[in-house]
Amino acid sequence: MSTPLLSVRDLHVSFKTEDGVVRAVDRLSFDLERGRTLGIVGESGSGKSVTNLTVLGLHNPMFTTVEGEILLDGQELTTAPEPELEKLRGNKVAMIFQDPLTALSPYYTVGRQIAEPYMKHNGASKKEAWERTVEMLGKVGIPNPGQRAKDYPHQFSGGMRQRAMIAMALICDPDLLIADEPTTALDVTVQAQILDLLKDLQQEFGSGIIFITHDLGVIADMADDIMVMYAGSAVERGTTEQVLRSPQHPYTWGLLNSMPRLDSDTGARLSPIPGTPPSLLNPPSGCRFHPRCAFQGRVAGAGRCTTERPPLATDRASACHLTADQKRTIFIEEIKPRLG
Amino acid sequence: MLRFLVRRIIGAVVILFLLSIVTFVLFFGVPRDPALLMCGKTCNPDSIANIHHVLGLDKPLTEQYWIFLHNLVMGSNQFAQGPCPAPCFGYSYHTNDPVWSTLMDRLPTTVSLTLGAAVCFLIVGLGTGLLAAWRRGTLVDKTATGGAMVISALQIYFLGPLALAILVYQTHWFDKPAYNDFTGDPLSWFTGLIIPWVVLSTIFAAQYTRMARSAMIEQLQEEHVRTARAKGMSRRYVFFRYAWRGSLIPIVTIFGIDLGSLLGGAIITEYTFGLPGLGQLAVQSVFFSDLPLLLGVMLFAATMILVFNIVVDATYAFIDPRVRLS
Amino acid sequence: MKEDLVLPAQRAQGPGTDGERLLEVTGLTKHFPVKGGFPIRRTIGQVQAVDGIDLTVHTGESFGLVGESGCGKSTTGRLITRLMEPTAGTVAYRGRDISHASRKQLAPIRSEIQMIFQDPYSSLNPRQTVGTIISGPMEINGINPQGGREKRVRELLEIVGLNPEHYNRFPHEFSGGQRQRIGVARALALEPKLIVADEPVSALDVSIQAQVVNLLQQVQNDLGIAFLFIAHDLAIVRHFSQRVAVMYLGKIIEVGDRDSIYTRPRHPYTHALLSAVPEVNLTDEDTGGRERIRLAGDVPSPISPPSGCRFRTRCWKAQDKCAAEEPPLVRISGNHEGHLTACHFPEEPTTEGREEDIVLDPALAALEEAASDEGQGQP
Repeated sequence: MSTPLLSVRDLHVSFKTEDGVVRAVDRLSFDLERGRTLGIVGESGSGKSVTNLTVLGLHNPMFTTVEGEILLDGQELTTAPEPELEKLRGNKVAMIFQDPLTALSPYYTVGRQIAEPYMKHNGASKKEAWERTVEMLGKVGIPNPGQRAKDYPHQFSGGMRQRAMIAMALICDPDLLIADEPTTALDVTVQAQILDLLKDLQQEFGSGIIFITHDLGVIADMADDIMVMYAGSAVERGTTEQVLRSPQHPYTWGLLNSMPRLDSDTGARLSPIPGTPPSLLNPPSGCRFHPRCAFQGRVAGAGRCTTERPPLATDRASACHLTADQKRTIFIEEIKPRLG
Repeated sequence: MLRFLVRRIIGAVVILFLLSIVTFVLFFGVPRDPALLMCGKTCNPDSIANIHHVLGLDKPLTEQYWIFLHNLVMGSNQFAQGPCPAPCFGYSYHTNDPVWSTLMDRLPTTVSLTLGAAVCFLIVGLGTGLLAAWRRGTLVDKTATGGAMVISALQIYFLGPLALAILVYQTHWFDKPAYNDFTGDPLSWFTGLIIPWVVLSTIFAAQYTRMARSAMIEQLQEEHVRTARAKGMSRRYVFFRYAWRGSLIPIVTIFGIDLGSLLGGAIITEYTFGLPGLGQLAVQSVFFSDLPLLLGVMLFAATMILVFNIVVDATYAFIDPRVRLS
Repeated sequence: MKEDLVLPAQRAQGPGTDGERLLEVTGLTKHFPVKGGFPIRRTIGQVQAVDGIDLTVHTGESFGLVGESGCGKSTTGRLITRLMEPTAGTVAYRGRDISHASRKQLAPIRSEIQMIFQDPYSSLNPRQTVGTIISGPMEINGINPQGGREKRVRELLEIVGLNPEHYNRFPHEFSGGQRQRIGVARALALEPKLIVADEPVSALDVSIQAQVVNLLQQVQNDLGIAFLFIAHDLAIVRHFSQRVAVMYLGKIIEVGDRDSIYTRPRHPYTHALLSAVPEVNLTDEDTGGRERIRLAGDVPSPISPPSGCRFRTRCWKAQDKCAAEEPPLVRISGNHEGHLTACHFPEEPTTEGREEDIVLDPALAALEEAASDEGQGQP
């Protein structure tokens, strides 16, 4: 197998705050192959966004400690000097953020903001960059792109702003695109357009995508592989089909069970995950999910869940002390019937 | 945008109009007769009535106000002291000089003091603030923030005399502050004002340091700044192109207010250094119940504040396309 | 669809909702003025946030209101709770018109209609204890329950699944989900008959959403409270509501009981909305995907909505008639009882014969055409 496009090994990220040290990402490893889409699912505070800011070195270095390896095409990023990272950002690695209104500067035209990285990374002249910008805007479906490029973000609708963000991210033809909840702020009909657009553009540009979201439906639509994160670590990974059709981790079960679907039985009550996500200032011992887990009683060896942190293997894996047989039977007998 | 400005100017004129009415009413509401101050030792009911008549104070209030407005717009030849072209505020009760030319005499002092100080405090204050924001959390930042905090707690009437005592009277390093006409002798204009500038701008600079630092830090946490970094723009570029642009809005707002009120007369500074500016004139007019002068100074100061408010609004449109295009 | 097939207008009344008409909204309209002009600022336009909607909520019923941002669903909620005064139309609560009632006239009704807000962070006063927050409505309305207000607050905390001992804590000591429970307890304090819940779970994490939805459902069943459930999440609305109305640009474009709306949508917009919801396919066999309808662009501005049918600018079935004539909200042929649709050219009542892939977005169409050309070029 060739080297993966992105390879994260044993990543630890912690912030110093007034209340203590927040361990935002803890012992995280994953790979992303070229041209594939990795979906990272998790709730707020699961560390999914932090991980990706760290990839680009966009964390605040004063309060943050990063340990571990982040290899992009074999190049180590955690120790790379700032000018090296600047060359990568927006060029080899681009990002799309959640709220396109706040993510674009209100003071400059949309066209200028899109052209900037093209000029910086390709040494293009203003004119060349502008032509490329207009071309990109057309590609993402902005009508009359030559004129609209001269508009300011506030003159765009929400969906158009996100299209402009996508144009900006793809203008230098990046190898890796990190999309952090790119459709969460959008309406559902617009979300559908944007998701399809990203898929179609990925075909054309061949970028690897890390797609971060809390919405399992969106991830099912977008991702080739899925990594489920909880309290700063990955708890389950596999292909989209594996993770969604035969999930193995109690947290993934909980997520699937707690959201109603358009075809689920309306008579049944939802089965939420009890309790609340833990504070990362003082995370639970052992398996971080154990305080909310209904299945720890079935784990062989009393108290293992509270003392021993279950490891997560590479490829198809889940970080849980239940045996593989138990996981399979519990899912088929207890979880799946409730999904309707 | 033009429409917006025209509307603001109309608004400003209305405010000035109301302000003049309020000043008029308040003046006559205060039980202090300017005639008593004017007639000196020979005061008797007849001479007071005579002065009232000469000044027009025996006319009904509405008529007096009407005459005031009329003179202001059209000028007047009715004054015993001589003709009074528009804008005519009349003649000072106290000095018998025409109010408008008195104002114009005093204006260069105030303008020199204010603009000179403004240049100093903008450069020093914003420069230090930006440096502190750029080096956030370092010793540089802590020193700048701490120093600014201490200095902005000081007052001119403390810092002014202190500077005079040390720099002028003890060490004789500088001349005693005085206003010399710029066109006559630029060098002595400069040396005469240097201490007032330094003192006035020190305190303002400290405030602008704190303001610039906090505005920049707030802007640097904006998501669009993060986006700019994520597309590979350098820290310096992002700092000056993206964050600075947003920081300008609060800074321009406060600067407009400060400049407007300073140009209306920096009363304490002028008194501290004995500079004959508009601020001194304002105090004098109140002290002598000098209605024409009082109205003149009040309306002039108010005009300054309103003008700079409008300038600030126009600047917003320049800085922020959301204002310009809505 | 021929016009003569259209049955006369009828109020939506689904099965199992034969209860008393608790809330009756007729022709409800809210226009917000747009200021501008020169030299004197005046009203130069109207944001037609809500434009003549009719709906009825029966006692104990849960009525869902879905739509995308700017469709007027939240404004509708605020008009019904009288946090805003309608521009036109009536809101009748138990037969009493409260659309322009004064504060005094509203006072007795205020306790019966309560509201739950989206943001559990900003809707609770951070300087008040939970006890004070929940007993607030009782105090304002001068209600002294048996055993005192404190006892009642403790009961309420227990009902919403919070520890009654936390009576003296402050909102910041609770998590988002718990704060929303506090909001629910406050709404329940006066034993309301109707709760207007405006996006009550959309600010919460997925695992917490289900907890709050269950709580609301339990409250609805146990206490027989009617709900007007306003949300943009179609699956949650379906789960919670017996009847559902779909709003678009200030109008209700389709209303009916849950199954009718979700399985046999007749309005193209409802259809497009449902097909846009991304879903996890849990069935083992690959069904080849669901229908896919991709509209073009965003919702038009409510300041100058399109003439006739407001959806026509994004509709693949639109014809001249749609621009000329506003379609009435009526029971069209093929609809179940109580299922009303405002469309001149509605979708077929069965799924047969429908196009499976409708792509109106030009950028998507272009990219997909290019991709398929390429695919054909190299076999």
